[in-house]
Amino acid sequence: MTLQDATRSGAAAFMAHGKSMPMKNKIYASFDAAVADIPDGITFMSPGFGNVGIPRNLLAALHRRGVKNLTGISNSAGRPVDRNGIGNLIEAGQVKKMICAFTAPTHPSQVTPFVRMYNNDEIEAELVPQGTLAERIRAAAAGIGAFYTPTAVGTELAEGKEHREINGRRYVLEYALPADYAFIRAWKADTFGNLQFRLAQRNFNPIMAMAATITIVEVEHDIVDVGGFDPDHIHVSGVYVDRLVHIPPDGVWD
Amino acid sequence: MGEKPKLERQAMCDRLAMEFQDGWIVNLGVGMPTLCSNYVDPAKDIIFHSENGVIGYGPLAPEGEEDPYLVNAGGQKVTAQPWMSIVHHADSFALIRSGRIDVTVMGAYEVAENGDFANWRVPTRKGGGIGGAMDLAACAKRVFIVLEHTTRDGKPRLLKRCRLPLTAPGVVTLVATDLGLFAVTPDGFVLREYAPGWTPDEMQNLTEAKLIVPQDVQAFRFRE
Repeated sequence: MTLQDATRSGAAAFMAHGKSMPMKNKIYASFDAAVADIPDGITFMSPGFGNVGIPRNLLAALHRRGVKNLTGISNSAGRPVDRNGIGNLIEAGQVKKMICAFTAPTHPSQVTPFVRMYNNDEIEAELVPQGTLAERIRAAAAGIGAFYTPTAVGTELAEGKEHREINGRRYVLEYALPADYAFIRAWKADTFGNLQFRLAQRNFNPIMAMAATITIVEVEHDIVDVGGFDPDHIHVSGVYVDRLVHIPPDGVWD
Repeated sequence: MGEKPKLERQAMCDRLAMEFQDGWIVNLGVGMPTLCSNYVDPAKDIIFHSENGVIGYGPLAPEGEEDPYLVNAGGQKVTAQPWMSIVHHADSFALIRSGRIDVTVMGAYEVAENGDFANWRVPTRKGGGIGGAMDLAACAKRVFIVLEHTTRDGKPRLLKRCRLPLTAPGVVTLVATDLGLFAVTPDGFVLREYAPGWTPDEMQNLTEAKLIVPQDVQAFRFRE
């Protein structure tokens, strides 16, 4: 018997035993329902890179909900003209602080709502090198309090931070970055919340899904029953996922 | 003197791409450096890495054949090479920090003769756009810089010391400008190749740092 056969027969025996699957219902009927209990003042994570893998439907629901004093963790702070992006929350004054890898546009002509507000001191920001941002999120997901990285040593972003020489190289101490909520965009999911991503959609999604207290996922394909995925082909375990919403045909698909 | 033709951006990037070796893992910065992927010697397999965890992407996707899920660091739709794999963002930067990127090519505002460079912040504007540049600069095996030799108003960009906030200290090894190719050595900038029609003296006049001009300095090599 192959391992795959053994897994299958194990699952069959489990079902035959008459036990129900040990899980709560994670599926929500709408994006508004999935964010309905989110209060003011939370810290949230929003993945996406190069316009791919952004949880646009959940961000739009958070925008509609109108919660305020949010702290956002994201690679960037929005585009000049955002559509169902973090920029809409910023423009609406819902975000008090951004933690991100870009606090100025790469081209001076790209003036985003964030840049306008930042220049007027209407929003706070913490600028973090992208790899340090990713690793701080990963550390939070992994129960690591802090780590030493060579990135930014010798630059103003390392000033005032604890340094250490390890094997002849200088490193700077960076702390884990957890969040209250993560909004995730997945390609496929099962009812337990096991997730799959497609190509560059993955980017920050897995690490953010694992670093938040409550993880809410918008899913492109129909949510399948458990057992529908090969366990070896799951990118994020459902144990990290709290809420799932399937994107309806009239949802945001880009 | 300003009338004299300078090198095209594509020629500058081609010249750096000629340095890529078979099997190298290469990360190209957003903007001008992405032009480096337009010229790859067919005899070499180059593994292009992008910060978003795409390892082994190919040329830009032809119109009508774009996959919206497959983009490089600049958000451009790219194609897949047969050896492509995908990792998440933390693993992508683990690859960077562990020194496995053979070369990163970046743009810059300034490069100094001690290998310092600056490309993320100008003090007259609030904030900065650091992206993955500091991780790549600190940790890639080699840092190549491509930039115009002078600013729009004619001020030198190859300096004795950078004036803008650094991206990383002492990491740049090779610089292509619209006037030539320069190696950064312990002694400073060495002129390796000069643009057609330009003399070392003319180039020195547009350079703050002292240019070392070796006996074997050559004419700029264009793509074959």
